[in-house]
Amino acid sequence: MNITRTPKILLVAAAMALALTGCAASTPTAEAPPTPAPAADSLAIADAWVKSAEEGMSAAFGVLENIGDEDITIVSGTSTASSTVELHETVESGTGEMVMRPKEGGFVIPAGGSFEIAPGGNHIMLMGLVAPIVAGEEASVVLTLSDGSTFSFTAPVKDYEGANETYVGDGMNMDMGGE
Amino acid sequence: MARDRSDRPGRFAPNRRQFLLGGAVAGLGAAAAVGADLVLNPGGRPADTASTALNGDAVVPYFGRNQAGVATPAQAHAVFVALDLLPTTDRDALRRMMGIVTDDAARLTQGGPALADSEPELALVPARLTVTFGFGPELVARAGASDPAWLRPLEPFGIDRLEERWSGGDLLLQIAADDAFTVAHAHRMLLKDLRSFATVRWTQTGFRRAYGSEATGTTMRNLFGQVDGSTNAEPGTDAFDAQVWAQDGWLAGGTGMVIRRTAMNLDKWDRLDRGGREQSVGRTLANGAPLTGVNENDEPDFAAVTKIGFPVIPEFSHVRRARSDNPRERIFRRGYNYDESPSAGQISDSGLIFVSFQADIDAQFVPIQRRLDELDLLNEWTTPVGSAVFAIPPGCDPDGYIGDSLLER
Repeated sequence: MNITRTPKILLVAAAMALALTGCAASTPTAEAPPTPAPAADSLAIADAWVKSAEEGMSAAFGVLENIGDEDITIVSGTSTASSTVELHETVESGTGEMVMRPKEGGFVIPAGGSFEIAPGGNHIMLMGLVAPIVAGEEASVVLTLSDGSTFSFTAPVKDYEGANETYVGDGMNMDMGGE
Repeated sequence: MARDRSDRPGRFAPNRRQFLLGGAVAGLGAAAAVGADLVLNPGGRPADTASTALNGDAVVPYFGRNQAGVATPAQAHAVFVALDLLPTTDRDALRRMMGIVTDDAARLTQGGPALADSEPELALVPARLTVTFGFGPELVARAGASDPAWLRPLEPFGIDRLEERWSGGDLLLQIAADDAFTVAHAHRMLLKDLRSFATVRWTQTGFRRAYGSEATGTTMRNLFGQVDGSTNAEPGTDAFDAQVWAQDGWLAGGTGMVIRRTAMNLDKWDRLDRGGREQSVGRTLANGAPLTGVNENDEPDFAAVTKIGFPVIPEFSHVRRARSDNPRERIFRRGYNYDESPSAGQISDSGLIFVSFQADIDAQFVPIQRRLDELDLLNEWTTPVGSAVFAIPPGCDPDGYIGDSLLER
């Protein structure tokens, strides 16, 4: 297992994105408009991690970063660890309780900006775990962006006592975390 | 920003700080750089700009051939934690465990929060934090190895009054920094991440002089008032490297650690006058010079005799008994004092967390300890109550983890 490898992969993606940008800047072409690079090339994630869980659901956290000039919208995701992935926000319910629910329109990472996914806030929900995910494992997640490109990352699994918001999707109330 | 997330977790720290502190990163980064410079050049005269640098920003590099916390000048505070592996912690789990805690240590020591750190602000003051991992016999056996041969409990010594609650252990954490608050946060973060793999067996908390109270490099005093650690080799020298770093197998670049909790009977020591105290050690209390010398680092003259023919440095003294003509029998001491709250009726519960690092415990430590066991007047006032031996794995690269030379072979 290798926790620190993920950033290296990201580095390559980021460097490629930079190279593309630099190329465009140094050779201005008035003819055909350049084909826009896939949005995934401008996306990176830092400090990613996933909460351990025996069964049921869990979530991935980190800081998504957009190094490009256009906003990036994440619309969906998949993971080898779970049957379903949802993009969630945490909001106050009518009764004052903090609950999480699917985020309308997905996550928008502003151009040149970042978007934190964190316990108690927005997060990437892994639902229907196919097996226990245990501390020190790597979980992999693939995010699909609005232009159809995909962004993959792996994140180490950590034991964590927080992130216990109630889930209100599908009319069911479920607590997050395996225990 | 993403392109900075590249080569090592340490690089994450400024970015994470920026995230936490909303753009204050430039100033913090500069301060940290000055702090690092001080660590790297402890003897050098700090630049003018360093006058405002905070020691809390000082970082000790994490990655490298050797783990930090051995050759690192001893920090003011340390906690030593020994853990027992859970029955389910097999070789695969050991890989996962060491991956997690390596990442924690790499981030925390560079002044950034660990992943899933619930109190990230507490991680922003590294204060020369080091986290050093040690492997006990059981961990190495579960990894499928049987070396090094010295990795086993020390033989029993006559002076020992060992208690289970201070002895043994499968995994050791040595967490040290110049700030006890920093130690507390790293301690908790690491134990949280070890909970699926191991349970705490014992914990020992120790201290030296606070940072800035004495010149860097001043030899520690123990609570008897003695200068303790005078003959240590200087880190970075060939002598140190030969004494401390193992050369062979998975442990190459690592070392061996002996940690012995030694109770010091301060109340009995109170009955001894100053002359008797100096005779018991063979050194002066004033500056630790041998009784035949003037300065701390003067070589003791064991042949010198008094006017009436007695040795100036008594036969029973600690310095004479610890000394060997065999240059191999040298150890590097890096201990800490402890001073617990006395229980009802006691006046003191104090002592030394004796810590020594050496490449080969059987060849270097054991002969010295045998001589001290046979005869050392200091034994009148000191009692070993805990004892453990650990293999300290080598350091690791940014894309590896502590213990990978054992767990990936």
